[in-house]
Amino acid sequence: MKREIPLIITGVVGIVFIVQFFIPHEPFSSLSDIFSDWFSIIEACAIWLGALNLIKLSLDKLGKPMLLVTSAIVVVALIVGIVGAPDEFLAGRFPLILFAVAFLLMALGQYSRSKMKPDWFFALTTIASFVIMLIAGLAFSGGRTFQEPGTHYDYLYRSVYTPLSSTMFAMLAFFVASASYRAFRARNREAAMLLVAAFFVMAGRVPLAEFLGTLTPDAFSGAWATTGGFLSGAADWVMNFPNAAGQRAIMIGIALGIVSTSLRIILGIERSHIGGE
Amino acid sequence: MTPPAPPANILADDAPNDAGGAIIVRWDKSPDEGAGLDNVGAYQLLRGRSPNGPFDTVGTMTAGMTEFNDGDVEDGIDYYYVVEVIALPSPDHPNVEPPVSISRPSQPARSSAQWIHMGRLNSLLAVVILASSILYFISKAKGGEKLFIRKIAGLEAVDEAVGRATEMGRKIFFIPGIQDMNNVQTIAGVTILGRVAKMAATYDAKLDVPVPRSLVMVAARETVKQAYLDAGRPDAYDEDMVHYLTDDQFGYAAGVDGMFVRQKPATIFYMGAFFAESLILAETGNSIGAIQIAGTAMPAQLPFFVAACDYTLIGEELFAASAYLSREPKQLGSLKGQDVGKFFILLFAIGGILLATFGVYNISHWFLVR
Repeated sequence: MKREIPLIITGVVGIVFIVQFFIPHEPFSSLSDIFSDWFSIIEACAIWLGALNLIKLSLDKLGKPMLLVTSAIVVVALIVGIVGAPDEFLAGRFPLILFAVAFLLMALGQYSRSKMKPDWFFALTTIASFVIMLIAGLAFSGGRTFQEPGTHYDYLYRSVYTPLSSTMFAMLAFFVASASYRAFRARNREAAMLLVAAFFVMAGRVPLAEFLGTLTPDAFSGAWATTGGFLSGAADWVMNFPNAAGQRAIMIGIALGIVSTSLRIILGIERSHIGGE
Repeated sequence: MTPPAPPANILADDAPNDAGGAIIVRWDKSPDEGAGLDNVGAYQLLRGRSPNGPFDTVGTMTAGMTEFNDGDVEDGIDYYYVVEVIALPSPDHPNVEPPVSISRPSQPARSSAQWIHMGRLNSLLAVVILASSILYFISKAKGGEKLFIRKIAGLEAVDEAVGRATEMGRKIFFIPGIQDMNNVQTIAGVTILGRVAKMAATYDAKLDVPVPRSLVMVAARETVKQAYLDAGRPDAYDEDMVHYLTDDQFGYAAGVDGMFVRQKPATIFYMGAFFAESLILAETGNSIGAIQIAGTAMPAQLPFFVAACDYTLIGEELFAASAYLSREPKQLGSLKGQDVGKFFILLFAIGGILLATFGVYNISHWFLVR
């Protein structure tokens, strides 16, 4: 039954979603909304599983002495948070008490197996960040209004989280440069074609092309250019014809693949995602 | 102040292809909008159960709009609509209420639910043809017929990649994308994880699966556990080999990159839905010399994976991977069924090119899905 029940649920939900796309009448339209709501509820509850797993693995990496010290500090911080939290049940004290109990149980559970590992510092940072954000949000940011501008939670979010996130995103520029360098080396005929196409696309997308365009005719529109000329026209041609054709071919393949995979899952032919052969 | 002339031709009708509870109202714009007095400020739609009223306001639209979908009606009841046109406020008398004029009431309209979405019949036909061909080839495969499936280099290399990690005594990382279990790419990724985990269990290689979603963690654990059982190595299974990091996109990328750099895995799989983090992950994996196999159906990320990984499963190959690796006839049959769909699309594409070449465009709407 462990496999059959998920398979039945998958089949029923999958068929309802397909049917409601073609039959707008009740009950199918309501059923698909209900199933979507169920997914959101399960997802929201499951977030605890992930968060607790992260804390558990982090505690595991600290080693016994550091685990004791960390636990003591976290418990004191949580008590301060619980005392300082607003009286609202769900917005303040209750989640903190719940987390405190879960944390203590996990710390006790991990104590015997906890062994100091090379990345203990990252584990400690994770626990500290988690507890600080939790207390700042639930106890010292006005309960349900914790996301409002000017709260402690908002301050940490804007001053710590956002810059870190932006830094990661900004690193993408350097990764693009190194990947492009490798990809655009003309090692064979295909790579050489890629290099030539990339040259036109990149050159056609920068302000320099605007300047050069005034000096060259637009071979693609058959007229002397006023906005970009040959380079810009070549870039547009590469993007609108070979690139768009290739992208569409990939998209058609993806759509067929999704239909085929969905059918396999709904019919229970594909079951390895629920632990079956 | 003179009120603008009221709009004419108020037409109310049941909203098509819906579950009921909606009426679409259309009207001609006031003769004084953009011409005449040119003083239309807004339109207000009012609804009543009798042509003589009383009427309640159901919506206000800016000048220029001539249609409103009233989604707050009961099925089977006649409703009458009037459109009120409101003049622009006078700059000389800003505190004076602008004058209004009211149209004649519409004919009665009643909403109802439809059993078939007529705008999607073409899509239904395509799904039926595709599903039938897939089911046909599955039944043929079950009957023992040999089906030719072309070789996919990225999947042929899975065995070698797992073997390499075993020989080097280093980890295999499997990244199932950053979407949840309601994304079909994640499901495809998790099914491939099952095959990879079985190989890892057989070769006694170490597997590490950091995930960005709790539900993916739960599903992936079940998959990996079953793979280790199937491989006859339940003792080697540790549930912490599948662990949660964070839901945050760049937090996850940072966490995984850190693990790559510190643990230097021999093999990395990226199978699922990826966004901007794809290149951050793949370039870091490349820099530590790991053999990398990626698969995604996100067209924008494919060039990044092609540039940074040793093998890339492009679009449909990701969805074919589980069937391909399993070598089960039923699953391979479904791949063959897809080819029939491709054949039809190719025919339509060639037909469309020919028609467009000869300037025939008026059948293209047959292929629109509303």
